[in-house]
Amino acid sequence: MADVSLAHRATSRFEIRAPGIWIILAALLLVFATTTPRFLSAANLTNIGLQSSILLLLALPMTLVILTEGLDLSMGALMALVSMIVGLTSAAGYPVPVSIAAGLMVGLAGGILNGLLVAKLDMPPFVATLGTLGMAQGLAVVLTDGQSVVDLADAIPAIFSVAVFGVPLPIWLSVAAYSVTHYILYHTQFGVSIFAIGGNRDAWKLSGGNVDRCLIGVYAFAGVMVGIAGFLFTSRMSAGHPTASLGMEFDAMAAVALGGTSFEKGNGWLFGTVLGVLAIGVLRNGLNLLGFPSSVQVVSVGVLVLIALFIDGLRSKP
Amino acid sequence: MTETSIGKTVPGARLSAASLLEKIGGLDLIIRLFVVAALCLALTFATPKFLTEGNVLNVLRQTALLFLIASGLTLVILTGGIDLSVGANLGLSGCLAALALKATGSVALTFLVAISAGAAGGLANGLLVTAMRVPPFIATYGMLWVLLGLTYWVMGGDSVHGFPPNFRILGSGYVLGIPVPVYLMFVFLAIGGLFLSRTRWGQEVYAIGANPEAARLSGIPVQSRLILVYTLSGAMAGLAALVFLARVNSAEGDIGETLTLPAITAVLIGGTSLFGGIGTVGGTFIGALILTLVINGMNLLSVHTNWQPFVTGVIVIIAVLVDRLSHQK
Repeated sequence: MADVSLAHRATSRFEIRAPGIWIILAALLLVFATTTPRFLSAANLTNIGLQSSILLLLALPMTLVILTEGLDLSMGALMALVSMIVGLTSAAGYPVPVSIAAGLMVGLAGGILNGLLVAKLDMPPFVATLGTLGMAQGLAVVLTDGQSVVDLADAIPAIFSVAVFGVPLPIWLSVAAYSVTHYILYHTQFGVSIFAIGGNRDAWKLSGGNVDRCLIGVYAFAGVMVGIAGFLFTSRMSAGHPTASLGMEFDAMAAVALGGTSFEKGNGWLFGTVLGVLAIGVLRNGLNLLGFPSSVQVVSVGVLVLIALFIDGLRSKP
Repeated sequence: MTETSIGKTVPGARLSAASLLEKIGGLDLIIRLFVVAALCLALTFATPKFLTEGNVLNVLRQTALLFLIASGLTLVILTGGIDLSVGANLGLSGCLAALALKATGSVALTFLVAISAGAAGGLANGLLVTAMRVPPFIATYGMLWVLLGLTYWVMGGDSVHGFPPNFRILGSGYVLGIPVPVYLMFVFLAIGGLFLSRTRWGQEVYAIGANPEAARLSGIPVQSRLILVYTLSGAMAGLAALVFLARVNSAEGDIGETLTLPAITAVLIGGTSLFGGIGTVGGTFIGALILTLVINGMNLLSVHTNWQPFVTGVIVIIAVLVDRLSHQK
């Protein structure tokens, strides 16, 4: 127990853990601020914040999943299923809170299923979540034969643009999500066990830690966050869409990698993930303003991750 | 080499029945063949459309394409790794090959482009896994999206179609009434089987999968063998892309998107363990056949194609469970 809490204290201290992400973020801001006149406008910066808020909701739990040496490939597909459920319940005339609850329940159910497969059935996370990816994607398409649901209650699109104290609601939500995740990871027993499972699962098991419960908790938490992200996504698109969110877990994973969380040994940094999300938001927005298609953006995100891994690799080599 | 062949024949002389069973893949293989037989029997009774010449050849042709993608993947999974980028790799190498074919009309150049593009993608995976020490599922998943992005970039939303007949033979031609891809499948089944069971490199692939640390200590160049299997997996995706192009006669950015999950599923149903060190290419052939029969049955019974990802997702989870239960104590 003693060494575990020591490790946990060391990782919670604010320090420059991943120089790569700071360099990348600064370079991206500099490049786009100088090449794109509209980039630094208040409207555009708000837009980056709004786009990043949905990604952060996925990247935060992805950090926890990766800290346990796992991966959740089902996020984008589960989000699509959530979006369809929100859309269909709303189109059927149910009140907005019912749609939200239904979406959250679907996300939670998917997360618990992932957790059970990984923990109780001991499946490698990438294949368990690849299986649930297929299932969620299949169900999302089957529900309406691939059509999006557009006749939503007016309140659903309105939620995305509501401002509280001048700041849009999705940004408040992502700040809240960060605070909750930070608290869970650095100030609870659950957080200690997440670091311990990634650090040395067998030692943690032998010292009496409940690995299964922790893993189910991590994936279930991811499911709930996917539920919230799926609702916000539906709100932003003003439609329940069966395919638009597919692959969003790639950006989430890239953000975690950019933020300096290592894929092994439970070595990670939650605030780095926020920086990673911002870097991806800035990159995609900047490339968008410069007129590059989303295919170029995806490749650029991949290249960015490589650069970050390379910079951090240089530093960690003995 | 001589040591291994002696080691195999001596106990075989004593326990011939058991060793024969072991040689053809053990009880697992028998069970899988029963599954194939049961599926065929069930489909024959369920629909008269199943046991027609056209449909049987169609099943074989589909199996061949799936096997070609899954065979290289089998090597990767045998080392305890994974290649989630096979489908995207097929997509990019297919699109590049299609553009080359349209531009030059040269079949030889098309082959060269597809296979070297596939191998390059695989090599990149191998380098990420070895030199940069990124876990395989993360490296190849990242590669999936990078390759997909490159494909859409190259194609710019267009499609290429209408290939010359001398190229299309590869996917839609027949020799002695059997589709050409089926011959290709059996050629690579033989090559893959011999590579794994009869060559030093093949044995090393098993050793790495069984225990990478022990393999390294016993002098196996683990890094370069890993680079080799990822490159081979990419090259096979490139070859499969050619068969795919020749069959469907067109190329679009999204051709590979739906192929990764079935390829992984085929390898796992075929009895190759996700935990490395256990499995055969022959098993992957049976796995590809089983999955193709299931999909074919769904088509014949008019189940909407939208259900395919769901069913494949369920099958992959069942396959891993069976793997878990049979290989882990």
